[in-house]
Amino acid sequence: MSVLQNILKQNPKSEDYLIETLLSLQDAKDEPCISEEEIADIAEYYGISPTRVSSVASFYTLLSLRPRGKHVVQVCRDVPCYLNGSENILEAVKEALGCDIGETTADGLFTLEETSCLGNCDGSPSVRIGKKTYENLDSQKVKEIISGYREAK
Amino acid sequence: MEKRILTARFGKIDPLSIDDYIKNGGYEALEAAVKMESDTIIDEIETAKLRGRGGAAFPTFIKLKALVGEKEKTRYIVCNADEGEPGNFKDRHLMENDPHQMIEGMIISAYTTKAKKGYIYIRGEYDHSIAVVREALAQAREKGYLGKNILGAGFDFDIEIRSGAGAYVCGEEFALIESIEGKSGRSRPKPPFPTTAGVFMKPTMLNNVETFANIPHILEMGGKAYAKIGTESSKGTKLISLSGNIANRGVFEVPFGVSVKDAIAKLGRGVADGRKLKMVQLSGASGPILPPEKIDVPIDFDHDIGAGAIIVMDERTDVVDILLRHAEFFEHESCGKCTPCREGNLHLVRLLRKVQAGSATADDLRVMENLADVMINVSLCGLGQSAPIPLATALDGFGDQIRDRLAQTETKENA
Ligand SMILES: Cc1cc2nc3c(=O)[nH]c(=O)nc-3n(C[C@H](O)[C@H](O)[C@H](O)COP(=O)(O)O)c2cc1C
Ligand code: SF4
Ligand code: FES
Repeated sequence: MSVLQNILKQNPKSEDYLIETLLSLQDAKDEPCISEEEIADIAEYYGISPTRVSSVASFYTLLSLRPRGKHVVQVCRDVPCYLNGSENILEAVKEALGCDIGETTADGLFTLEETSCLGNCDGSPSVRIGKKTYENLDSQKVKEIISGYREAK
Repeated sequence: MEKRILTARFGKIDPLSIDDYIKNGGYEALEAAVKMESDTIIDEIETAKLRGRGGAAFPTFIKLKALVGEKEKTRYIVCNADEGEPGNFKDRHLMENDPHQMIEGMIISAYTTKAKKGYIYIRGEYDHSIAVVREALAQAREKGYLGKNILGAGFDFDIEIRSGAGAYVCGEEFALIESIEGKSGRSRPKPPFPTTAGVFMKPTMLNNVETFANIPHILEMGGKAYAKIGTESSKGTKLISLSGNIANRGVFEVPFGVSVKDAIAKLGRGVADGRKLKMVQLSGASGPILPPEKIDVPIDFDHDIGAGAIIVMDERTDVVDILLRHAEFFEHESCGKCTPCREGNLHLVRLLRKVQAGSATADDLRVMENLADVMINVSLCGLGQSAPIPLATALDGFGDQIRDRLAQTETKENA
């Protein structure tokens, strides 16, 4: 059975599980994004229109219809992090990745994004990579963390 | 200065062990509740004067009463753990350090209102909270606190976790309800309120994590004793989230009435690195920005404490930078359903960028003030209604600094 079919089976067949399904699907894939075919399959399974599925997927920032790198690097941009130097963190990440906000590195390993507050302001500046939040960062630390991901591939 | 009720077990128990929780008084309130009449429980919560901790400060007993009074028997209990307002992180600490008190509060609410199903809506970025709460729910189910015929008292209730997916607006009650239904999170006009038509259009009691966490404590100490803590308008304790340029960031629990100034000085140990205080923002991105001479106010519901964020900003901070960042946040997070918020936030960002660049005129400032007025008064939900609050309050406290940034050419143009 395909990855998607397995995920669909995890919850009752009811369209209120749409967001759960989309999140689980992204988590299960090498690149966290949802494709056209997957949208069509999901819509068919729940008996809803593909537009309804894609409009939900585009509403939520953790979901993506655009292909993204294996590791999505999200730098927090809100005020508590800003007060603790998030602009330097963003610069350091851009330098380490060699790409700008919204872009994916040439090797397809990373996509750089900005994010709203991660609810981790007591550890600001904070950065989320994939499903892990890193805190109390400085330029040096965040570069080392990114190198770690690059070496682990 | 601290008064630890909700945080009393923090660090003392293993959050992943229900036995630890039970050994430390956990689920005793539920044991007592299932021997009580529904009305008696509601009376205790009314006597305690418990008000919502998610920002709107609505009396909790009214929601319980409303649910009990509904003809429709399918009812839901929903816990709002979306916590997306910049500067707030206390619900995360509550879930990760002592998850069962929130769950116990939900079960007591379910018993009181005969609801059979509950949801905890946790923001998608809180992976660790989700994992802890998932384990806590499994353990509660195993012990018979959730499921069929709970504690032999003849009532059934279970809770499901729903994950947010990165949308601040989903903390707003109707947007959250839409999201639980698997839709994009957009608010609905009120009335009807969620207590009449909430999840799947059924009566729903929706409360913040901290609100639910208070309920077992109220039943344990009794509403009267609880109401002795705090101030006239605000009873009990409040979890506050201290962040920004403050020496000791973190979550603290204080009785209502402690002053913002003291909390910053004593719990937060003052401004970081010995710098001077420039301004403090209460409640989060949507709260008032205050100059230092205005922070000797009590932490209570009469002074915009919201969900309890206190953001400290030192002398290096530029008020226009802060306003612009907040405006960009709201522009990004607006659900786009109503014009004043969707268009208003766009214009505020554009105009604040002009102020920052030094090219705005006095007319631009007047436009911003008018926009703020319209947004506050006619936006459909709290997001649009509160987005201009930082601007409106900063114009009071720091108006000169903002006007100093206007284009110098302006007098000539106007002449
Ligand atoms: C834009 C917006 C975001 C909100 N975010 C949250 C939130 O993250 N958590 C929360 O408990 N309440 C939030 N609220 C308030 C809720 O709408 C609601 O009033 C609250 O959850 C009710 O629970 P309470 O009575 O226990 O406070 C938000 C409101 C608005 C307008
Ligand atoms: S005020 Fe903003 S967030 Fe609320 S319904 Fe209107 S557009 Fe959506
Ligand atoms: S502002 Fe960055 S985690 Fe809150």
